[in-house]
Amino acid sequence: MNKVLEVKNLRMNFGGLSAIDTFNLDVSDGEIVAVIGPNGAGKTTLFNCITGLYTASSGDILISPPDKKTKSIIGFKPNIITESGLARTFQNIRLFSNMTVLENVMIGRHCRLNSGIIGAIFRPKTTVNEEEQVVQDSYDILEKIGLEKYVNEFAKNLPYGAQRRLEIARALATDPFLLLLDEPAAGMNMQETKELDDLILKIRDEEKISILLIEHDMSLVMSLSDRIIVMDYGKNIAQGNPAEIKRNTDVIKAYLGETFA
Amino acid sequence: MKLFTISEIKKSFFIALWFMFLTFPIMVIRVNTVENEIKWRWENMLFIGLGSFFLSIIWRYTIEKKEAGEKKSETGKSAEISFFQQVVETPRFYVPATIVTGIFALVFPFIFSIYQTNIMITTLIYVMIALGLNIVVGLAGLLDLGYVAFYAVGAYSYALLNHHYGIGFWTALPIGAATAFTFGILLGFPVLRLRGDYLAIVTLGFGEIIRLVLENWNEFSFGPSGIDKISRPGLFGIELSLHGNIIYTYYLMIGLTLFTIFVVNRLKDSRIGRAWIALREDETACQAMGIDNTKTKLTAFALGATWAGIGGVVFAAKTTFINPASFTIWESIIILCIVVLGGMGSILGVILGAFILILLPEYLRAFSEFRMLIFGAALVIMMVFRPGGVISEVRKTYKFKK
Ligand SMILES: Nc1ncnc2c1ncn2[C@@H]1O[C@H](COP(=O)(O)OP(=O)(O)O)[C@@H](O)[C@H]1O
Ligand SMILES: [Mg+2]
Repeated sequence: MNKVLEVKNLRMNFGGLSAIDTFNLDVSDGEIVAVIGPNGAGKTTLFNCITGLYTASSGDILISPPDKKTKSIIGFKPNIITESGLARTFQNIRLFSNMTVLENVMIGRHCRLNSGIIGAIFRPKTTVNEEEQVVQDSYDILEKIGLEKYVNEFAKNLPYGAQRRLEIARALATDPFLLLLDEPAAGMNMQETKELDDLILKIRDEEKISILLIEHDMSLVMSLSDRIIVMDYGKNIAQGNPAEIKRNTDVIKAYLGETFA
Repeated sequence: MKLFTISEIKKSFFIALWFMFLTFPIMVIRVNTVENEIKWRWENMLFIGLGSFFLSIIWRYTIEKKEAGEKKSETGKSAEISFFQQVVETPRFYVPATIVTGIFALVFPFIFSIYQTNIMITTLIYVMIALGLNIVVGLAGLLDLGYVAFYAVGAYSYALLNHHYGIGFWTALPIGAATAFTFGILLGFPVLRLRGDYLAIVTLGFGEIIRLVLENWNEFSFGPSGIDKISRPGLFGIELSLHGNIIYTYYLMIGLTLFTIFVVNRLKDSRIGRAWIALREDETACQAMGIDNTKTKLTAFALGATWAGIGGVVFAAKTTFINPASFTIWESIIILCIVVLGGMGSILGVILGAFILILLPEYLRAFSEFRMLIFGAALVIMMVFRPGGVISEVRKTYKFKK
């Protein structure tokens, strides 16, 4: 399998603090990889580096979009990285609260559309068609995620679980080949988590999108992941399939402290 | 809440006491320097005390009611919509209202005096440039406190072109718009890296710089004395009386305003418009969803500037005289107030805002001393009770076959 994402010797320093320390990671095509680790381990920072919100202090990040050459995305702006096919959700939900659910998804389509100011004012046929297409496409995505009943609601009025799913819908709208999910199950109840589990598998199998996810819910992580990477103090302390990770003493130490190991 | 519980009364009592203390030096003591005597106006203290006592009770009561309303709308399905908003969204109301407003606007110059028509022209200019600023502040969420600079750029483009080369209004209109657009891009590049308060301060500075340049660069802009004898708008070379010209300018402004409404309305629900709103809602998420923030901000900034430029050209043609005093920070603030009070992002709100804030002071000249005070109070009250403005933004809804 070819690798769609490769993180090599990544470092990220904030002043004296090294939040990520020579970190390595790769995601193969069609894989679901989970990153776990205690709070403050540097998981979100890792996502921010990959998606261009932070510029890594050193190291390299390579992506291989389908049918395209492998390229480094270090120093690229977030919007360019998203355009190249990486999409993400946020740990603390960051929806466009005063826009409708449909519009949130339409924003995701933005980078795949072309019409500009002139098109907006004069509305030539191409713009009208493009708009009709984006409305339909966005609606289809909402249907797939199961949010179609909220289509014209303001995003801020959605229940919590639905907001998390909307973040995923919005990210899917950008046509990614790799989806980065930052604690997608945080704050969800058991039922919602179960639905999320199915949804993530569906995205991987039907949309052929590889997935990198950060999650604290161990049952979700164990059932979903092909591979798990354990992070502590910015370092990759262990990796393997779910069964291997369960047995690993370093992991238990990182999570529960020395005495339990 | 009970209006007159002991603790409420006690609270208001202390507030009243505090206000009496605060206003004591200005409201009670009056020094007459001619006769060297001090007048003690104790009755004022009584008024202040009683006034602040009752106002504070009413204030807390209304806030409590408002919060109770918000709780209800959170638990209930649909949010509480104001009466105004409902009127605006019901075809049975807004169709006749639009027709009546349209007819009224058409016959206005023939039933009212030239003085009134002039005021209406000014108001329409404000409507237009406020709609322009609405793109920048209301839609894209960029707090621009130097907006008046672009208004000045438009006005001076026409005034100078007319003064030196005798260029007419209609030729100057696109030139003024283009110049303001260019200035928007040029100023936008350095300042749009900043966010929020920083952006506000830097744009404020830029606005002042442009005014100061106009004031001090005598060879270029004729300094504080300004430029006079600017030509009024021409009508295919036909000579118009002063009266005729004002009426002509009025219709011209109606046309330009309709044009602006048309354009802003189309932009609002377009791909670009959605990007602006996303930018306002969450800059980081917006960029992470693949939108080029710099480009999106620049288009908003430059388009807003364009409308200020057009407004400036009309302003110069209407008054036939301009000088830097017309382009102070106060103008920027008024235009900003129009957008915020009217309803950020809402076209109808901004139009109403302009009418309220420009017409009221014209007709309430008697209160002109208190203008600032009333403005300030109105802003505070609005921010507390209706932060969305008189008419808050409505998003387009789409229908789907089930
Ligand atoms: N912008 C920032 N500036 C300074 N320190 C930061 C910044 N972002 C994250 N950190 C620090 O980096 C460390 C890792 O944080 P984070 O990636 O959010 O952890 P996790 O997502 O694993 O819980 C924390 O110590 C945090 O305080
Ligand atoms: Mg985190």
